[in-house]
Formats: sequence, structure tokens, C-alpha cells
Amino acid sequence: MAEELKRTALYDEHVRLSGRMVPFAGWELPVQYDNTGPSVEHQTVRSAAGLFDIDHMGQVEVRGPDALAFLQRIQVSDVSDMAVLDARYSLMCYADGGIVDDIFIYRLGEQRWWVVVNASNRAKDVAWMQAQAHGFDLELEDLSDGVYMLALQGPKAQAILQKLTPADLAAMPFHTGLETTVAGVPAVLGATGYTGEYGYELFFPTEQAVSIWNTLLEAGKEEGLLPCGLAARDSLRFEPCLPLYGHEIDQVTDPFCARLGWAVSFNKGDFVGRDALLKIKLEGPVKLLVGFEMVDKGVPRPDQPVAVDGVVVGRVTTGMKSPTTGRFVGLAFVPPSHAKLGSAIDILIRDQPKKATVVKRPFYVAAYRRK
Amino acid sequence: MAYKFDPNVRYAKTHDWVRVEDGLAVCGISDFAQHALSDVVYVELPEVGAGVSQGEVYTTVESVKAAEEVFAPVSGEIVAVNEALEDEPEMLNGDPYGAWIVKIQPSDLSQLDALMDAAAYEAFVAAEEAGGH
Repeated sequence: MAEELKRTALYDEHVRLSGRMVPFAGWELPVQYDNTGPSVEHQTVRSAAGLFDIDHMGQVEVRGPDALAFLQRIQVSDVSDMAVLDARYSLMCYADGGIVDDIFIYRLGEQRWWVVVNASNRAKDVAWMQAQAHGFDLELEDLSDGVYMLALQGPKAQAILQKLTPADLAAMPFHTGLETTVAGVPAVLGATGYTGEYGYELFFPTEQAVSIWNTLLEAGKEEGLLPCGLAARDSLRFEPCLPLYGHEIDQVTDPFCARLGWAVSFNKGDFVGRDALLKIKLEGPVKLLVGFEMVDKGVPRPDQPVAVDGVVVGRVTTGMKSPTTGRFVGLAFVPPSHAKLGSAIDILIRDQPKKATVVKRPFYVAAYRRK
Repeated sequence: MAYKFDPNVRYAKTHDWVRVEDGLAVCGISDFAQHALSDVVYVELPEVGAGVSQGEVYTTVESVKAAEEVFAPVSGEIVAVNEALEDEPEMLNGDPYGAWIVKIQPSDLSQLDALMDAAAYEAFVAAEEAGGH
């Protein structure tokens, strides 16, 4: 029997706005709004702004005298240099270097931190964190049910949100957090996102979800703000090559394979996975994530095999017609021998080999990475 | 959801339509089918000259999210493909009954008799929607 799907507090709002509800990581969420569709939603985030219900994401609070020492232990980044209100992307790894999850860390106080985790991994992550917590003087609390999470993304996100908050958003650096109010409701803001655009992730009490959602949509009307679904969220994160758990990263993939080695700090003392990761770094990864572009016609899709000379050597993790560029591109794991730019590979689309070439990533340079 | 139903075509249960023009079976996908697919990004056009049987997959249409097979509503030989779909696959979304995919030289036009007219197909879609949710 199918597992009972959870509905977010915005379910009725999504349906009213023509949301096409689908199962995702145990939740019923809009894959698109039929009044607009994924292509329009994608383009609107690139040119104006989009609003996403991401309440399926989880938030775990870590607080207490040993909070910093604990976080140093359970994830790969050196967070000892994070000031209060700094935010940072990182990864939790198993002892063998495989990835538990990718996370976003907020330091909200000297001894108070938030770890934002993926919906599909929430239970697993919390259990794993708890298993590592023995001997540390701290409290670990899963706040996910009481904390709602929205993402407001796009070049107009700041102008829209500024109408609703007393915080000076222009003075808020990217990858920092802020405790303030939005439409009079106490909220944590993170200047971050998952689209390659500037924007914000908003955290506030779940009871306020409908009110804040509608207030934001109303406030963003003149800027062209649209509600956006999971399909646009996926294509928006894919173009700047932001990883998705279960695709580019998982428990049999280490950060170096996934081109996330920059997140790993070996100079901070011991942490779970350190020995394995150091070995991988020194010996080189066994597979590498590459970008590729189709030479033959066809749309690459997740899990399609990658072949060279008729032998399967890898698999596609994500692929699509990139909405911003119009290119038929994808990400795939291949052996290091075929990871060089210009390498010829075949993508087996419905068992037919279609020619492709390894090309530069990302397919879209994130707004905050442009010189 | 209000879908468009064209009274001048006949429909297969696979949500494909066919109409006869100059003795040829002109084939495409229904408004319901394009809506279910979402934004179409690529149509894999078949070879002219290929033989197809009724109910057999003759091509694949790829949307933003998925690849969907398209089934031949009649048997015969493909004599033309709509090459305009190479550059503008989104025509399938905007004008599903104008944007044909292939023309088939039918081997047995009586196969059309077993297909649904617009009213029957509308009822079929309604039943499918009611059962599907």
C-alpha cells in the first residue's frame, strides 16, 4: 500500500492557483501551475521573481555549549569562522566518505545553529545526527513541523521582500541570515536559494503560512512574481549545476566525485569521513560528474546509461532541454578517463546510443557568481 | 479542467487523434494528452516510409519532465512528418489539433470505425480523470 502523502499548509492555495499536485519526497506538492507551466515559471524566476513552497525541507536546531564542536564533527566544512548570522552550504558524510545529505547551516547565536536538510532525508538525517551526538553537551531539535519554509527567488526578490520587512535587505550580504519580521510575523531570512538567482529563504511559524504566501504574492504583483512548482525548481537548480540529493549526490557518491570537494576542510581536526575523504582526495575519485551536451538529437534524462564504444561506463544524473539556453544538456558520472572537456560519449536514450560531448559546467552562471 | 475536443477527428484510447485528408490519415495528440504532458520540448520525428500498426508506438514526445510514447491510431505507412515540430515542438501545446505529427497512408480505413468520436472521447476522458484522482 502506498505511503500516506503529507500536505503542506498551502495545499488549498496551490490547488486554487491551478497547481498540479504530485507526490514528492512523501509530500503532495505542485509540479507546476497550469495557468503558467514550467517554462514560463522558469523564465519568470530568471527575469523577475518566483515564490516556492519548500516546506518539505527540514530544519534542525543545534544548541548548547558543544554545538560548534558537534557541527565540526558531523559535516565537512570548517564552520569555526562563521560569525553569528553567517550561513554556509556543506555536506554531511558517512565514515566511508559517501554523502548523508547536503545541508545549509545558519549560525543564529553563539551557541545556536540551524541545519536545513532535504525533505527526502529528514528522518534519516535527524537519526544520524542524534547517533553522533553522544558525549556532546547540546540539544538537538527537529523544528520542521512548526517552521514553515518558502523561497523567494529572482532579480526582483529583494524589491518585493523589502516592502514587507523593516530589515535593510540591500545591506544583507549573500549567504547570511537575519532574524526580523515579514508582514509583521517573526521570521528568519536567509539570503540564499536554489535557482542560481539572488533571493531569500524565509522561515516563520507554520500557522502564518497562508497569510505570508498570499501577502508575498500580492506584494510582488507589479514585479511579475509568480508561484512556481517543482519542475521549475528542478530546471532552475540544474542550469547552475546545484546538486540534488538522489541525483548528483547520494550515499555511494563522495564530495570529490560530485565536484563539491571545495566544501571539505581537512584543516579543522577530525570529522566523520575525514580519513576516507583524504584518501579519495589523494588517490583521485573513481568517477567524476561532468556536464555534457547532446550532439545527436534527443533529450537526456536521469538514469540513462552513458556508453563509450558500446560499453556502459556511467549514468546520467540530470538532463533536459535547458530552458534558459535552449541547449540539450545534462550531468553524468563518467570514469575520470572520459571526464575531459571535449570527450565523446554516448547517451543511451531508449537504448539507442546518441552522441554527446563533455562540456563546461555550469550551463548558466549564477547571478551571485558573475564577475 | 476544460479540454478542447475537435468534432472533425476520431480518437484512440491512447489519446491520439486522426482525421482523413485526401485519403491520408493525419495524426496527432489530443488536447488532454498535451495538457498531461506539460510543456513539450522535443518531438522525435519518425522516418518517412516506416510501416506502423494500429496501437503501435510510432514516436516519442518529450516534455519538460518526461518522455511519452505516441501510438498510431491506424495501420499503414508514414508518408509525411511535420518537420515544423523540429523547431517548434511547443506547437503541440498551443494548437494540438492543428499540429499534426505524421501522415499515414492507411492500409485499412475501416479501422477508424472502431475509434471514438469527440463526444465519446470526452466521456472517456471524464471517466479517466474521475478514476485517476
